[in-house]
Amino acid sequence: MMEIGLNHYLVLSTILFAIGLVGVMRRKNLLLLFFATEILLNSVNVAFAAISHYYGDLTGQMFAFFVIAIAASEVAVGLGLLIVWFKRHGSIDLDSLSSMKG
Amino acid sequence: MFEAIAFYLFAFLTITMFFITVTTSQALYALTALAAGMIFISAFFFILGADFLGAVQIIVYTGAVMALYAFGMMFFDTTREVKEKQGNKYIIIGLSTLAAILVVVIFATPMVSENIVALYPAIEGVGNTQEVGLVLFTKYLVPFEVAAIMLLVAMVAGIVLAGKKMDLSITLMNDEDLEKEKNKKVLS
Repeated sequence: MMEIGLNHYLVLSTILFAIGLVGVMRRKNLLLLFFATEILLNSVNVAFAAISHYYGDLTGQMFAFFVIAIAASEVAVGLGLLIVWFKRHGSIDLDSLSSMKG
Repeated sequence: MFEAIAFYLFAFLTITMFFITVTTSQALYALTALAAGMIFISAFFFILGADFLGAVQIIVYTGAVMALYAFGMMFFDTTREVKEKQGNKYIIIGLSTLAAILVVVIFATPMVSENIVALYPAIEGVGNTQEVGLVLFTKYLVPFEVAAIMLLVAMVAGIVLAGKKMDLSITLMNDEDLEKEKNKKVLS
């Protein structure tokens, strides 16, 4: 109980990932969907850092850096697209995105 | 002892903040709770000895990403309450199944991978930042440069997408000019 091991961090990462999944599933607003995506990426980063620490290997931290870089570029491009969409349609709800009637 | 206390405290705080982020109906509350959760996540990195990663987490997420979201939200109508999807029971069943499978996999993985050896073992006698630099600029140099180019492309894309018609002011234009601008397609 008092000794924090790898499994503690992995379970925490699972819980955070599940919270992010719930957010992706139930949100309708695209901006809040982006927030849920950030939660998913961060939960994976926690797992990477924990594995890197408990196996004495730096590769996990390296991949966490690349995940952070990917998250930053995703936000830049995604927000740009979202602003263009909002200027055209006046709404960022997912329902307004169904113009292809899929 | 202190590690356990810090872990449980920050685990509780992080889960609470992210739970608020996915459940609140106010976009501003979601943004604030997400920023707080990002800072609490960096506490785990400091506990795990990944000091540089923790600093990068604070700088990039709360400094850059959250500021970008805050500026981006000025374009949207965020005062309105966010409507939620109606709860679909198939989605809930699917989610809980997925989460259960994840838990099983997570408990099974350390048993499967008992014989893992460190590919790039931590170097004795130097700090975390120095270790990260040694590995990043030798073994991971090419992915590092590719990530730099990807960030440049993302910056140019963000400017091109969001910067269109930035020189026009809706409040300062008269009505017929505004109508003319509205008839043009934004993307063309």
